Amino acid sequence: MATPLSLKELSKKEVRITGGHRMCSGCGAPIVVKMALLATDYPIVASNATGCLEVSTCISEYTAWKIPWIHNAFENAAATLSGVETMYRSLKKQGKIDKDIKFIAFGGDGGTYDIGFQSLSGAMERGHDMLYICYDNGAYMNTGIQRSSATPFGADTTTCPAGSVVPGKLQQRKDLTKIMAAHGIPYVAQASPSHWSDLMKKVKKALDIKGPKFMNIIAPCNRGWRSRTDDAILLSRLAVETCYWPLFEIEDGVTRVTVKPREHKPLVDFLKPQGRFKHLFAPENEHLLKQAQDYVDAYWERLLKEEAFFAPKE
Amino acid sequence: MKPRGWKELKPGAVVTEPGSAEKFKTGSWRAFRPRWIEENCIQCMFCWAYCPDMAVRAKDGKRGEFNYDYCKGCGICALECPGKKGKKAIVMEEEGK
Repeated sequence: MATPLSLKELSKKEVRITGGHRMCSGCGAPIVVKMALLATDYPIVASNATGCLEVSTCISEYTAWKIPWIHNAFENAAATLSGVETMYRSLKKQGKIDKDIKFIAFGGDGGTYDIGFQSLSGAMERGHDMLYICYDNGAYMNTGIQRSSATPFGADTTTCPAGSVVPGKLQQRKDLTKIMAAHGIPYVAQASPSHWSDLMKKVKKALDIKGPKFMNIIAPCNRGWRSRTDDAILLSRLAVETCYWPLFEIEDGVTRVTVKPREHKPLVDFLKPQGRFKHLFAPENEHLLKQAQDYVDAYWERLLKEEAFFAPKE
Repeated sequence: MKPRGWKELKPGAVVTEPGSAEKFKTGSWRAFRPRWIEENCIQCMFCWAYCPDMAVRAKDGKRGEFNYDYCKGCGICALECPGKKGKKAIVMEEEGK
């Protein structure tokens, strides 16, 4: 893998996803895909769970992908790709293929946290040599912003609308990254497109590891988050700086926090620009803001403790 | 691309031409148009990296002009542009003005 990780050098490479796809203006998901595909020089075969990314990058007869790409159904991106990977291993054994090909499955949070969860869990357990990348925008954005188990606490969605009785989603997010780590797979990581070099390093590292890998990457959605079209990168950076979206990796069970924000910003900095949290700033909902902040703080503390536990002893 | 009936499609509606979405121009979605001011550009390539529509051209490691065929005018490039001496190298201007 000769390309050094500088944007100058990377920009000389072919981007394996093209413009002309029909994701919304300012969407975070194509940025995630672009960075993931740029991170490696291997030939890639991708599968895609149903979701924004799938429906808008492959509207019949137009495909934005320059790599072999397969979509099957909502729930089985991981199962489909594990079949493809098994076929590849068989063909390799028979001597019909000699290329070193890597496999990446892309899924949104709906297709990963909820609907595709069993097939993902199965593929990881069977130990297929593939990387699953979840781009997490925190709701079923494609069908009109319905809550998913990745939707953050307090967010207003069309199936948990904020009103006078219910203040948006009442539950905390499912911690999928840790659930995947609990599968005992060799590599699990969390990344953000705002920290492009961290994201690419993780993808590169993951693809060089044999076995099942999982990455969870935040992908802001201005339609669903009710924010401006130009703030996808700004919001993903704030998510990292407020520790709402900590950047860490778990390699062979060893936790390492890869980016520690210089100043731990308050969570409201991340919530304020987003219309889906507008109701939380009403005076009567102050306790909800505190609850959200406490959860994020506790998670961050726990993560640092985990890291310290595994740190090499002096 | 001329629309075809379902009988003319390949089985499974397989698309055999990689990157054919390039034939679909999304530039008309744009309400604001980014303008690149070369003298303020420090060639950091952030705009190229963060563009969701691959609408920033790059050649030999240098930034090129915008590709207005695909730019949807989201403004991420203008917001993330560090510019030179406090002057942005990308500004958003309303279309049709």
